[in-house]
Amino acid sequence: MIVPIHHVLVFSMILFLIGVVGVLTRRNGIIVLMSIELMLNAANINFIAFSRLLSDLAGQVFSIFVIVTAAGEVAVGLAIIISLFRNTESIQVDEITLLKG
Amino acid sequence: MTLGYATWFFYVLAAMAVVSALMVVTRRNPVHSAMFLVFTFFCVAGIYITMSAEFLAAVQVLVYAGGIVVLFLFVIMLVPLQAGVTRLPVTRGAAALLIVALLFTTVMTIYARAARSCAAMGVQTEGPAGNIEAVGIELYTRYLLPFEVASILLLVAMVGAVVLARRET
Repeated sequence: MIVPIHHVLVFSMILFLIGVVGVLTRRNGIIVLMSIELMLNAANINFIAFSRLLSDLAGQVFSIFVIVTAAGEVAVGLAIIISLFRNTESIQVDEITLLKG
Repeated sequence: MTLGYATWFFYVLAAMAVVSALMVVTRRNPVHSAMFLVFTFFCVAGIYITMSAEFLAAVQVLVYAGGIVVLFLFVIMLVPLQAGVTRLPVTRGAAALLIVALLFTTVMTIYARAARSCAAMGVQTEGPAGNIEAVGIELYTRYLLPFEVASILLLVAMVGAVVLARRET
């Protein structure tokens, strides 16, 4: 049985665009990080679909690296959010203007 | 064309993943968002299984659904919820929709051009491929150096998270 490759691509594009909307419209820093996770998942689906299509395991290996990077990114991102909350009592991303001169 | 079980499985899981991803982005309560995020990750793990990437499905459940979402919930509980509006002004929402529409039309234009040549290509949902042994051999021979670099990256991220979140004394 076969799923056409463009169906997989359209599905992962929809997931990626939902992540883009989340990053652009939400103010809560934690939910912005969650939307980034959605986008990384969409990229992983593409990697694995093409790995299966071309019978090359490099795609699966690279999606392992993406998962590792996502884990590190979430750890550092949430530590930044905790530290921001300690210093500014807020995690709303538009209220954090420390770098505005 | 008749669809097999594995193919149906893909479409059902994809629909559920899209719906729960929409829920992640639209819920006001971050705890609800985290719960829908777990559901999305499980659906994506099921999609990996239909593409014969069993090892990746296991890693997805262990690392994403098990580790990362617990970290999210921990921070949501640690940081008190803030009352009031949690969305940006309407102009920002309109700008986001515009960007998304642009991306969508661009991708669909490219896709419409390529559709004829790749219409016959499809991802097999049955049969052998992607077993764990082959992935491990690939990971520890061709991609040994990136693997080691990834371990250093995780170590640096861990130390950085500890330093950032440490209470100043």
